[in-house]
Amino acid sequence: MSEQNNWIEIGKLDDIPVLGARVVNREEGDIAIFRTADNEVFALHDHCPHKGGPLSQGIVHGHKVSCPLHDWKISLETGVAVAPDEGCAARFPVRVEDGVVYLSLSSD
Amino acid sequence: MKERLIVIGNGMAGIRTLEELLKLDADRYDITVFGDEPYGNYNRIMLSPVLAGEKTIDEIMLNDDAWYQDNGVTLNKGKRIASINRSKREVIAEDGSSLTYDRLLIATGSTPFILPIPGNDLDGVVSFRDISDVDQMLAVADKSKHAVVIGGGLLGLEAANGLMEQGMNVTVVHLPETLMERQLDTVAAGMLQQSLEERGLHFLMQAQTESITGKDRVEGVRFKDGSGISADLVVMAVGIRPNYTLASESGIHCERGVVVNDTLQTFDPSIYAVGECVQHRGEVYGLVAPLFEMAKVCANHLAHHGIGRYEGSVTSTKLKVTGIDLFSAGDFIGDENTEELVFQDAARGVYRKLVVQDNKIKGAVMYGDTIDGTWYFDLLRDQTDISDIRQHLLFGQAHLGDSGHGDENRVAALSDDAEICGCNGVCKGDIVKAITEKKLFTLEDVRAHTKASSSCGSCTGLVEALLSHTVGGDYSTAPHLKPMCGCTEHTHDGVRAAIKDQQLKSVRAVMDTLEWDSEDGCSKCRPTLNYYVFCQWPDAGSDDNQSRFINERVHANIQKDATFSVIPRMWGGGTTPDELRAIADVADKFKVKTVHVTGGQRIGLYGLKKEELPEIWGDLSKAGMVSGHAYGKALRTVKTCVGKEWCRFGTQDSTKMGVALEKMTWGSWTPHKYKMAVSGCPRNCAEATIKDLGVVCVDSGYELHIGGNGGIKVRVTDFLCAVKTEAEVLEYAAAFMQIYREQAHYLERTAPWIERVGLNYVKEQIVDDNDNRKALAERFLFAQTFVQDDPWKERAEGTDRHEFEPIKTIS
Ligand SMILES: Cc1cc2nc3c(=O)[nH]c(=O)nc-3n(C[C@H](O)[C@H](O)[C@H](O)COP(=O)(O)OP(=O)(O)OC[C@H]3O[C@@H](n4cnc5c(N)ncnc54)[C@H](O)[C@@H]3O)c2cc1C
Ligand code: SF4
Ligand code: FES
Repeated sequence: MSEQNNWIEIGKLDDIPVLGARVVNREEGDIAIFRTADNEVFALHDHCPHKGGPLSQGIVHGHKVSCPLHDWKISLETGVAVAPDEGCAARFPVRVEDGVVYLSLSSD
Repeated sequence: MKERLIVIGNGMAGIRTLEELLKLDADRYDITVFGDEPYGNYNRIMLSPVLAGEKTIDEIMLNDDAWYQDNGVTLNKGKRIASINRSKREVIAEDGSSLTYDRLLIATGSTPFILPIPGNDLDGVVSFRDISDVDQMLAVADKSKHAVVIGGGLLGLEAANGLMEQGMNVTVVHLPETLMERQLDTVAAGMLQQSLEERGLHFLMQAQTESITGKDRVEGVRFKDGSGISADLVVMAVGIRPNYTLASESGIHCERGVVVNDTLQTFDPSIYAVGECVQHRGEVYGLVAPLFEMAKVCANHLAHHGIGRYEGSVTSTKLKVTGIDLFSAGDFIGDENTEELVFQDAARGVYRKLVVQDNKIKGAVMYGDTIDGTWYFDLLRDQTDISDIRQHLLFGQAHLGDSGHGDENRVAALSDDAEICGCNGVCKGDIVKAITEKKLFTLEDVRAHTKASSSCGSCTGLVEALLSHTVGGDYSTAPHLKPMCGCTEHTHDGVRAAIKDQQLKSVRAVMDTLEWDSEDGCSKCRPTLNYYVFCQWPDAGSDDNQSRFINERVHANIQKDATFSVIPRMWGGGTTPDELRAIADVADKFKVKTVHVTGGQRIGLYGLKKEELPEIWGDLSKAGMVSGHAYGKALRTVKTCVGKEWCRFGTQDSTKMGVALEKMTWGSWTPHKYKMAVSGCPRNCAEATIKDLGVVCVDSGYELHIGGNGGIKVRVTDFLCAVKTEAEVLEYAAAFMQIYREQAHYLERTAPWIERVGLNYVKEQIVDDNDNRKALAERFLFAQTFVQDDPWKERAEGTDRHEFEPIKTIS
């Protein structure tokens, strides 16, 4: 897939706190960039499938984030809400190279 | 010559019948037992803890070889009975040997249901029924990684949990939409699934298994929709079938099981049957409680006493997964003729539903806190009329009388005939009698003498509470308490003690030292630990920003549309024209959508973007205003009236008192939000009697009230004491806040905390004990020296800048 993706450089890995998130602002809706304890980076549409809570403001644990509004848990890997809740937040490809984070805007 | 009794099946029902029989008449029979398993009699229920590594096979043996010898019972282990010749009254084993009987007892249990799909006979496909199944699972778990459990019922989930404890990566495949659909409603099932997922189990719901793949050994599982997953082990736990083949082939009438009457006799009067293999009044059972009841009645008839009838059982369900409390009984779904009483507290993970018809309980489901299960179950079985207690029913038995103080008082409130141990049908009265008459001190003793808590163990907490209640201070083992969350076995109090004793000064240190089950906790435990560390070590503890809820992380309240609100502090509810102007200027400059006066006498500005916060805060702090902490589990406001200064009734300067209290306490973090108020006279215009701490000024000084709450469940304060001077008010207020900070569980407000520990306890600590009060107040003031910096000012000056700025903006 990487051929079609237009990777954008968004910043350094160190700009994102461990177990935290930063936001990429854009008109079509913000994208939340998460960094987990094992230093993996994930990107999701910053919009909880429940009532649109900003996932970037939640608490990150494991490869999940708990939405700050009503504590739904969303998988960072898939964007899917942990059952029994249902729904999903769009996922965006991200990769880290030499400490620099790249994001692709074609959600999958 | 003695009569000859043969028992086929060396399991839980057959041997329990013998135990009961030996108690009644040890000499009547020559007894021979045939069992096709190569072991003595063991507690099948406990296979789950064995699989999870919590118990060993030795520990679950109920009766060893010596027991059979001592009681003159001949045991044929590993010998399977192939047929019964009823006309000759003899049983024939597979090896051809035979033996005659005068009476025969069939207790052959159940066989696991195996899905009729291709691959079901591959190596590595097992059921979960006996020791050899567990041995096989453990052997695979030792070498391989991926396990699939087909069936999300009681047994499947216990298997899955056990395999996960053995280090396997486990996926549970379940056909219906929700787990344990026969025992739980969708809400409880959802909560269960969520906590199991948090522990690391995976679920494939509504997945229909089509085949099991592999050459000799299992390699994977395929589903109807074409998808599949790989597996080194497949556990089938899709149900059990009464094992009545032997009986029916011998011409005994069987339907869904061996049909028996109320005396447990089959259609052949010299042949009895008990346990999972029987069908009684149309019902078949898959739990031990009914089998044990059958055993009692059957023994009675075998002993020729001829009294006692088995009339069927109402059963209840519990799941033996450590740290998960669930309970269900009766008809918990209901229909158009029933009503539902529901209580749900998502924050604590507690759910209760009662189905009621004509003022009687028909069914119950509970999740999270199941201590009242026994009580509901009694009300259900006895069909007690609940009209009088209906309003309080959902809060549990403890709330019927005074506020409850833990398990001990709850068991004290139970009636003597309340059933404590469901498996063995032991009532409270039996246990108390055994404890007092036989002078029992330990749980093991109680188990040995009464059998209570000796089967599935889920009533252990109650038995321990009874023990400590009955023998008082002599029994010191703490009753079973709930773990803090799914990530740990430790309780709130245990964690707090460890933080103190082992000098744990960061969230990471706590998780590492106490061996947290999950890598970095969850959204429940991390904020909790962060608070506990911070409270214990105000000077040296590290504050982990990522373990705070968003409100505290960015010092503003998040609102429903992801904007934030800003509420500056107004000391004791007072303000000045300059402050009002500064607020008005900010509101203009940032085009604030809503300006609102809050319930705590302050002005709130709503609808602000996160990026704007530092700048707004900067403007406000230039005008001398500081954060109001309206977002935190922290001191919120001190509400006051105008008191003596203006009011014709005022007895003291309530405003000044309020300001002094707020200056002392602002910035402090607490287990939950914390509010105070000072009223100038008993007219109480500041509503001091629904605050965490309320001061009511009177002619002779100040009355102090604690534990009020104006929230979901309104609670009026308890009167603590009266004091004379302002200095005393401050000292008591600091001491009370500190004891609450140090001892309440995170997210527990003062009201439920006081109900839990008792008002007397609080009085003893801070009214009766002067030294303790002074020490508490000192600790509070010491902690305050580290927190009274305005977080807004710091952030306006650049602290945590990354929190407020996007990493990148794309246009
Ligand atoms: C893993 C697991 C967990 C469980 N957890 C719980 C729980 O928490 N609570 C609860 O109430 N119940 C639980 N149960 C159910 C409980 O174990 C059964 O209800 C109970 O064991 C049934 O007793 P029984 O004597 O009828 O059958 P069993 O205990 O199965 O005994 C029957 C015995 O007869 C033998 N047998 C069969 N045919 C022959 C033959 N022809 N010749 C010789 N021997 C024969 C069998 O091999 C078996 O050993 C659990 C069951 C399992 C498997
Ligand atoms: S509480 Fe008493 S002193 Fe205060 S305003 Fe009301 S009436 Fe006046
Ligand atoms: S908006 Fe995310 S949980 Fe409600």
